[in-house]
Amino acid sequence: MTISQIIFLVVAGFTLASALMVVTTRNLIHAALFLVATLFGVAVVYAILQAGFLAVVQVVIYIGAIAILFIFAVMLTRRDMRDRGPQMNRMQWIGALLALLIFIGLSFLLSSWDGYSAVAQEMPVDFDTMGRLGEALVSPDAYLLPFEVASVLLLAALVGAVYVAYTRR
Amino acid sequence: MTTENLIWLIPLPPLLAFFLIILFTNRNKALSHSIAVGSALLSWLGSMIVFIQALRVHELGSHPFASSIDWIPTADTWLKIGILVDPFTTVTLFFVAWTVLMIFLYSVGYHNFGQPKGDHDVPGLPPHGATVDEHGHKHHVPSIEPMYSRFFAFIGLFAFGMYTLVVSDNLLTLFVGWEIMGLCSYLLIGFWYAKESARDAAIKAFMTTRVGDVFMLLGIAFLYSATGTLSYREIFTEEVLHTLATVPTGVFGLTAAGLIGLLLFIGAVGKSAQFPLHVWLPDAMEGPTPVSAMIHAATMVSAGVYMVIRMFPLISAGWLEGQPLNPTMTVIAFIGAFTALFAATIAVAQNDIKRVLAYSTISQLGYMMAALGIGAYVAASFHLVTHAFFKALLFLGSGSVIHGMEHGVLHTGEHVDPQNMFNMGGLRKKMPITFWTFLIGGFALSGFPLITAGFWSKDEILADAFGHGQLPVFITLALAAFLTAFYTMRQITLTFLGEPRTKSAEHAQETKWTMTTPLVILSIFAIGYGWVGIPEQFPLLGAISSNWFHEFVGSTLAEIPEALEFSIIPLLTSLLVALGGLFFGWLAYRGIHTAEQDRLQIGVLKNKWYIDEIYNFLFIKPSIWFAEKFTYLFLDKGVIDGILHTFGRVTGTVGHALRNYIDKPVINEFFGDGSAHATQWFGRNLRPIQTGRIQQYMVLTLFFLFLVGGALLFFFRQIGLL
Amino acid sequence: MIPISWYLTLSAALFSIGLFGVLTRRNAIAILLGIELMLNAVNVNLAAFWRYGDVNQITGQIFAIIVFAVAAAEVAVGLALVISVYRKKNTVIAEEIDLMKW
Repeated sequence: MTISQIIFLVVAGFTLASALMVVTTRNLIHAALFLVATLFGVAVVYAILQAGFLAVVQVVIYIGAIAILFIFAVMLTRRDMRDRGPQMNRMQWIGALLALLIFIGLSFLLSSWDGYSAVAQEMPVDFDTMGRLGEALVSPDAYLLPFEVASVLLLAALVGAVYVAYTRR
Repeated sequence: MTTENLIWLIPLPPLLAFFLIILFTNRNKALSHSIAVGSALLSWLGSMIVFIQALRVHELGSHPFASSIDWIPTADTWLKIGILVDPFTTVTLFFVAWTVLMIFLYSVGYHNFGQPKGDHDVPGLPPHGATVDEHGHKHHVPSIEPMYSRFFAFIGLFAFGMYTLVVSDNLLTLFVGWEIMGLCSYLLIGFWYAKESARDAAIKAFMTTRVGDVFMLLGIAFLYSATGTLSYREIFTEEVLHTLATVPTGVFGLTAAGLIGLLLFIGAVGKSAQFPLHVWLPDAMEGPTPVSAMIHAATMVSAGVYMVIRMFPLISAGWLEGQPLNPTMTVIAFIGAFTALFAATIAVAQNDIKRVLAYSTISQLGYMMAALGIGAYVAASFHLVTHAFFKALLFLGSGSVIHGMEHGVLHTGEHVDPQNMFNMGGLRKKMPITFWTFLIGGFALSGFPLITAGFWSKDEILADAFGHGQLPVFITLALAAFLTAFYTMRQITLTFLGEPRTKSAEHAQETKWTMTTPLVILSIFAIGYGWVGIPEQFPLLGAISSNWFHEFVGSTLAEIPEALEFSIIPLLTSLLVALGGLFFGWLAYRGIHTAEQDRLQIGVLKNKWYIDEIYNFLFIKPSIWFAEKFTYLFLDKGVIDGILHTFGRVTGTVGHALRNYIDKPVINEFFGDGSAHATQWFGRNLRPIQTGRIQQYMVLTLFFLFLVGGALLFFFRQIGLL
Repeated sequence: MIPISWYLTLSAALFSIGLFGVLTRRNAIAILLGIELMLNAVNVNLAAFWRYGDVNQITGQIFAIIVFAVAAAEVAVGLALVISVYRKKNTVIAEEIDLMKW
């Protein structure tokens, strides 16, 4: 067991535990906060994977914007400060079963792939991740078009969200 | 145009007239009779041209005008039809053309063309007269026949049939013409179809001739199967005749030729009204008088004799002059002679002017048949021609008399039968032309010596009978000749001589020129035609004229029959019977005024020897019984309808069963309603799946995803893909 | 040292947990939380495959970045919808929003 492996296990366990809490806790605010923890864990995983940019973007966008948005939404939709009634619907056990089956299925599927137990190659020393990423995003023979389309998508989402949630005073 | 082509065209104008009148000109009486008389004129013209051409040909018998075409293909040969004009045909064409034309012309006047329409005339009944206002008081005048054009159409078709029969060169087209005339005789005898007696007479004529025609057809079929041809020229060759005359058939011991001849003769017995198939001819007097003239003098009955004369080589195959007659000829001679005497005995007791002539026709045809039976070919042909002329003359004359009497009836308003001779009398003063022409015709019929044609032809038959040693035939024919003269004079005396016996007779009038002109023309022939046949050995006159007729017509046969030795006995006999009969007839009837005084009105004779009653009992009643009881009630209604009704009932039951046991419960309820209910049930029970809750949808999706994915994986693993 | 299988297992587990949340939670917002978890699992997967495949092919990271964008857009719109529904129907419980039922 190397250090990196131990670190990975700790981080993975933390992430999964938080995720479980997200989906099982009664109080929605707690759920949102647990989501924040999960997202942090994932960011650390990115860092372990030496995808630095992704880790930072994860923190900034996901935690900084999306999780906050969730908290806002929870607050805007509370009828009273206490959550009443059951928070799980009738399909608990079926849902659990299905999720388990999905997990088993995915693992099984992936395990039959040859490169399943491959180990990471060393990264080249002067590998400029950021530079490469930047070039790919704006280069016409790379991913310029998806980049632009994504921005259009965000515009559409923006307009849509404002319109849907708009109320006249 | 060659003579052959002209001969092909001769029968066509009357046929064309028939179609034109029927299709187009039925309403226009003047146009119809013009077309008809015009067509008769055209055919007459063609016949005269052919006659003249024929006279100019040397040895027409060996080189007749002939032409034929292939008609019906039969395996490797053709059945040919065509025309043939040999000497016998020539003389026949002559008299047919003249008599047909005269009768057509006569019909214009007979049916009162130009007279007004009758008061109560309906088509189907004879016209009854019209009332006209003249000088302030009413006159009854004869009225025009309502079905005027139809008459001309029918006699046109009739003429076509006769011409076809005469010019044809084979038995098939002869038979075609024969049957067309049979049809027309039905149509014309029953012309006034609203009279029940006319309808019955038409059916009787058709049925009786049909009986004869069946046998004739059998004869034709037998002939065809024996020789493979129906053409005269191919049959009347030495080899064919010899073969037919020697092949035995096993029927009554006859040879093939004999049997065929007998069968064909039976057809002639029907058509020419010989005993026992004579019953239709007197009843056929129901038709208008031109029809009687046409059928009973010029054409239809002559057709029977014509056919027998035509077939003479076949009938007499194997017989040579001087030998005893072969069986067929014996039968023919017997029936001919018997009929001649039989009909003459009936004629003396008849009161209707046309009936006397009808029986007279039967009797004279018997003469011709008897002549043929004893082998007197030329004599029979001669008598055929002369008889046509004087009989047509007599019939048309009787029609004229009846017209005159009808005029008197209308004028006086009496209700007497204009055809009964006992209502006539003294008409010689009122209707002179009719009287003189009728007298000439009557004398010709009786055989008045020297100046009438009938004398020469009858004398020749008697001479032949005596000369060939056929004494029974000779005596029978002589007796019949006596009776013929007797009843003819009776008829003339009662009708024309003496004083009028009724008021109608007093007011009788001569008829129009369209009726009297034919009478005059025919009387010329009735006198003059005999002179072409004066035998060479006749005292005095024989030296002046050669016997042209004998030479000419005799050349039709392969060998010209020899003229007989002249013997004085037949001549004396014929003079005796003719003059004696005329004298006694005049003597007996010049003083008689009513029918009761006529001692010859014996029941048996008056009722035609009860032959009609015998036939009714033997044939008619059983047929009616069979048709009614057996065929109609039992077979048709009982058996056939029974089967059909059973089918109906079974089908109905099956249908009901299918409906109630299959259609309604299974198809309607089970399939029809059932599928509807099932769909509804499924729908109602599956509907709650759609709850509107997405999480449930997602669960279901994943569930089925697992199912399908698992199955796919499983199967792909099996196939080895994964 | 760390085989890729660990990352893949992690992502599979995260995905399953997210799925569980989506299927079973009553509150609509909680469902959206579950969706976020699933998206993150996908991103981890993508990053892992980038790192353990040819590093020069930056496509993995690009894909992950686009997923970020999409996730953000989707959350925004989704929450707007939930708020709008809450205003109309005064509830955020998914089971009660069943207008599309039969």
